[in-house]
Amino acid sequence: MDINDIIKPENKVYSKSPLLTDNIMHYCPGCTHGVVHKILAEVIGEMGIQDKTIGISPVGCAVLAYNYIDIDWEQAAHGRAPALATAAKRLNPDKYVFTYQGDGDLASIGTAEIIHACNRGENIVVIFINNAIYGMTGGQMAPTTLLGQVTATTPYGRKAELNGFPLKITELVAQLEGTCFVTRQSAQNPAAVRKAKKAVRKAFENSMMNKGTSFVEFVGTCNSGWKMTPVKANQWMEENMFPFYPLGDIKDR
Amino acid sequence: MAEKILMKGNEAIAYGAIRYGCDGYFGYPITPQSEVMETLMAEKPWETTGMVVLQAESETSSINMLYGGACTGKKVMTSSSSPGISLMCEGMSYLAGAELPCLIVNVMRGGPGLGTIQPSQSDYFQCVKGGGHGDYKMIVLAPASAQDMYDFVDKAFELAFKYRTPAMILSDGVIGQMMEKVELRPIKPRRTAEEIDAQCEWACTGRKSGRKKHMITSLALEAPVQEAANIRLQEKYKEIEEKEALFATYRTEDAEYLLVAFGSMSRLSESVVDLARENGIKMGLLRPITLFPYPKQALESLIPQLKSIASVELNSGQMVEDIRLIVNGRVPVYHFGRMGGMIPSPEEIYEAFVKTINR
Repeated sequence: MDINDIIKPENKVYSKSPLLTDNIMHYCPGCTHGVVHKILAEVIGEMGIQDKTIGISPVGCAVLAYNYIDIDWEQAAHGRAPALATAAKRLNPDKYVFTYQGDGDLASIGTAEIIHACNRGENIVVIFINNAIYGMTGGQMAPTTLLGQVTATTPYGRKAELNGFPLKITELVAQLEGTCFVTRQSAQNPAAVRKAKKAVRKAFENSMMNKGTSFVEFVGTCNSGWKMTPVKANQWMEENMFPFYPLGDIKDR
Repeated sequence: MAEKILMKGNEAIAYGAIRYGCDGYFGYPITPQSEVMETLMAEKPWETTGMVVLQAESETSSINMLYGGACTGKKVMTSSSSPGISLMCEGMSYLAGAELPCLIVNVMRGGPGLGTIQPSQSDYFQCVKGGGHGDYKMIVLAPASAQDMYDFVDKAFELAFKYRTPAMILSDGVIGQMMEKVELRPIKPRRTAEEIDAQCEWACTGRKSGRKKHMITSLALEAPVQEAANIRLQEKYKEIEEKEALFATYRTEDAEYLLVAFGSMSRLSESVVDLARENGIKMGLLRPITLFPYPKQALESLIPQLKSIASVELNSGQMVEDIRLIVNGRVPVYHFGRMGGMIPSPEEIYEAFVKTINR
């Protein structure tokens, strides 16, 4: 008995994007990465560009993104994805090139690479997952960790005088002449997912228009790193992350 | 007759890149090699061959641009000098781990630290032994003339693609800055997309319908998988050592004393050999052209006729360690070198050699 015997085709309202592989995801239940992967697979599939898309995966939890979306992937050194994408796109202007990076990768060790790729106006898409913590290494402070937030390296909460301030890298890249579309999204409920998907699609469409860099931040959760249930993590994100990292388009031209 | 043009070694790299079908150059200015990117920018190859030339924000970014471009099967290169090469070591390790072909040119200057902009060969250990983390090697070619700089661009790309591994042209400030006549060889056009697909069946060029996705990574979380990757790399390096060693000799037929020198020091050492011969000393020179693979057999075959060997290097004695490993105590092995950008005269080297005989 297969799925078509259980659900009659006329009753089917949703199916998994064929670009999402059947590999079991290593992400923790409740993690935002899985939902963003789904959005990416759907957008790439719906645009029909899977044969001309190159993904660049980061170092961090999403290092294994190449296991889950059925396109060609380059896996970058920590923070260097925008440099890889720069060359991949300039040498292959007929391809859609995107980076997928977490907050430690993009906003800490890779600050130079992201600023300069955006400032050159590379015609690439940047997907930036901001969950305010280092997930893979076990929950240390990220550049985007909020003041007061407890992590493995800020056990008494982040203090500005000791640890500096949380970095709004998205607002920073929005100031650069090279970016054409900068937006902050989330993926914690169906309405947010639908909205974010539109933003991701626009970003991919921009990359063939010679307009510059499109930058999509996802404010997300790391319930394991935050040591919360998925439901509690979403609630904490809405109450603490959204006021500091407000959602919406920051730049669109 | 082929056209010959007077140019600097650094300029020869740039013309070699354009004329040998390089797809992309990514670099960051540093003395004494800045003429490479300056020449490329002046020549505007994007208007002729379609070659991309980009000034990156750092050497770190340059080397990662190589990684990004190499993943798509393109012929990509960068050039730098010693401090910049140190910054690139992370990327070189990833390129070797992911088995990506590319060309890195190092026009060495004196160190450590910011050091001097004057010539040196003190990156031998760093570049010949790997440089970055992990068990890896790069193919390393040591040019001794502006013509070599030009020709080795093609040779390095050929070897890099043949073995899917980074290749380096390990030059120095003497060769980079010196002006010589360079014969422009026939042009090799850039490869077409079809040719790249045929040559690089592993490349990320977009997953065509019906083929599996290509994933280029140096990551293997499971130890047995990583060990298998390491074993494959070592087998590749062994094959390179067996097949690709290059060298030149000068007056070695009846030599009793041997100088070993690479790059600029091999040019200078020819004068030392002539000077010794004028004084009745049967001296010869072995010039390793590839430093990895090292021409072990060439040295081995000369050992029975030798009384001693001297390694002449612009450093404190780096290549001499490799020579000693090969010689394994059979004849005395000496080192003569200057450091910090100082270049010895042939007479100075000859006098140092004479002291070793009279010991």
